[in-house]
Amino acid sequence: MNRPCWGRYPTAEDQEVLPVFWSHQLPDLRAEGRSFLPRGLGRSYGDSCLNPGGTLLDMVPMDRLLQFDPATGLLRCEAGVSLDTLLRVFVPRGFFLPTTPGTRFVTVGGAIANDVHGKNHHQVGTFGALVRRLELARSDGSRVVCSREEHGDLFRATIGGLGLTGIITWAEFPLVPIDSHGIESESIKTRDLDEFFDLSEASEADWPFIVSWVDVTASGKGLGRGLFNRGRFASREWAERLPEDRRLLPPKEPRLSVPFDLPGFLLNPFTIRWFNRLYYAKQFRDRVHAVGHFEPFFYPLDAIRDWNRGYGKRGFLQWQCLVPWDQARPGIRGILQEVAASGLGSPVSVMKTCGAMAPEGLLSFMQGRGVTLAMDFPMSGQDVLDLCERLDARVRDVGGAVYPAKDARMSPTSFRAFFPRLEEFLRHRDPALSSGFWRRVMPQEVW
Amino acid sequence: MSRILVFGCTSAIAIEAARIWASRKERLFLVARDPRKLEALAGDLRTRGAAQVETLVMDALDFDRHPSLLETAEQALGGPVNQVLLAHGVLSDEARGREDFAVAERDLRVNFLSVVSILTPIANAFEARKHGVIAVIGSVAGDRGRQSNYLYGTSKAAVATFLQGLRNRLFRSGVAVVTIKPGFVDTPMTAHLRKSPLFASPQKVGKGIVRAMDRRKDVVYLPPFWKPILLGVIHVPEGLFKKMRL
Repeated sequence: MNRPCWGRYPTAEDQEVLPVFWSHQLPDLRAEGRSFLPRGLGRSYGDSCLNPGGTLLDMVPMDRLLQFDPATGLLRCEAGVSLDTLLRVFVPRGFFLPTTPGTRFVTVGGAIANDVHGKNHHQVGTFGALVRRLELARSDGSRVVCSREEHGDLFRATIGGLGLTGIITWAEFPLVPIDSHGIESESIKTRDLDEFFDLSEASEADWPFIVSWVDVTASGKGLGRGLFNRGRFASREWAERLPEDRRLLPPKEPRLSVPFDLPGFLLNPFTIRWFNRLYYAKQFRDRVHAVGHFEPFFYPLDAIRDWNRGYGKRGFLQWQCLVPWDQARPGIRGILQEVAASGLGSPVSVMKTCGAMAPEGLLSFMQGRGVTLAMDFPMSGQDVLDLCERLDARVRDVGGAVYPAKDARMSPTSFRAFFPRLEEFLRHRDPALSSGFWRRVMPQEVW
Repeated sequence: MSRILVFGCTSAIAIEAARIWASRKERLFLVARDPRKLEALAGDLRTRGAAQVETLVMDALDFDRHPSLLETAEQALGGPVNQVLLAHGVLSDEARGREDFAVAERDLRVNFLSVVSILTPIANAFEARKHGVIAVIGSVAGDRGRQSNYLYGTSKAAVATFLQGLRNRLFRSGVAVVTIKPGFVDTPMTAHLRKSPLFASPQKVGKGIVRAMDRRKDVVYLPPFWKPILLGVIHVPEGLFKKMRL
């Protein structure tokens, strides 16, 4: 059974898949010469969710909601529970996720293992920062309940630990109360990078949710132009105008899908440039104000199932970086110039300012105040790999990081540069666990 | 509001049916043999909104305890149970069953005899009350014996025949008896099998079970595309069928 990664590059054929149904019936991980990798819904773009030549532990059947306290919002659930399930169960009861990435089709275990962030990072930090406790099953047969207080070092290694410190069986984190499913949002046209920075700084205190779409094909005066989105949960007055049974609606099932691989040539530098121009031009007014359901605000791409097939058989690479705040303006400018000059475009690129919180995990991608930029490049060949390598070099120069959850090609040198606490992490890694990503960035490590 | 007894509730299919009942805020009495699974599942169903969840650890082969099961459930739930779903079962390695009668015997006891044992007092109680729905998970494998799994098929065929008779008997009392015949379902029971497009998700089958019980159906194939397939399979002449490798 083939389980691809979300970007579908690279591919891995020889993976065994072992579904895990119950926490007390985990397989024996001490099999000689075989490595295991816990996997959720496979939304990681590159080989951090692949284990070629090894075994993938499919954690999705471990999907029980173990305990919930409506008074505090504290939830304990198994690692295979998806954020989609949580929204379906809890939005009608007036609770929302404390933070959410741009897709709800990820598991709780995956959200922890990649220490994912959301549009409210500048206010609350990463998903891992919100986790109170979790249980880890290690290959030596032990079970460790860890938190910041108990086994704090193992806890910090596990947050953002790419699933390599043990199998997360359950986790505990709070859900937050909401009055309605409504989000009040504003989409503001930004003409250049400076406008993005100014608006971000002006909005961060009053708007919990901020993200920008950027036209990375624009250069010159329009470099960094885009649409700045900010949102907050709608007011109680707005909610009260809705009939009582229609205030807290869960997200809908995706109605659209890409049923097969689209031909790869559909997304080429020319069409991507025009797509970006049209998307930017589509909004006439400088500012569009709206109040509506949270689903299109938080999860625009989830409306189309299997949208990754739109990139064709060769797949695509996502590249996401974090540039530290003191280098952010020149750093991001340099990256955008590099991309524009390459002629390789990204149809969907997003940018946001990140909060100043200290990194939660030893390998967390979010490492403090800065700006993060994510781009999708259709996998057209060596030119894309070369561009990403040049971008990595820029990020190394400014002391930033590139996101392993999105990566399919960073070099071992880059990995060490991006994650200075790597040596500390190595002490907590479970020897039975490995991934395609791990063997690529740590080729010298014996496992 | 319903009070529902689910036997073998930790089976993947039963879990999904129970989750729908939980979201409807029903009262549930869960029976299974693994206390750790029961505990996790009970928490899940409570969290998903069930008005009440009570559990009992019991093995399907614990025939001595079956007569008191309904009373235990009704005491725990504080009122009469009106729906029962039996979802327990085993699928042993067919080759072992051919070698060893003990394996075949155990499968028949779990898949068939326990159903008779559990349902005897329940059917009598429902008949007297003139009220209730009884559903049992059978299998398309029971529709015709094939060399690859005729021991499992035999037990499920026996269940289907038993339910046919029971349905006929309880019809006049207003009690519905529902035979569920799933095809391949992606569950722990079939984790060792190669997956094909014929496999359905437990969610889909669980939903089908709840719907069939709501509508008091007689026999349902899940997903429904199995019905015409099995209609074809049943009508292949035996002279031809015995020569096929199925």
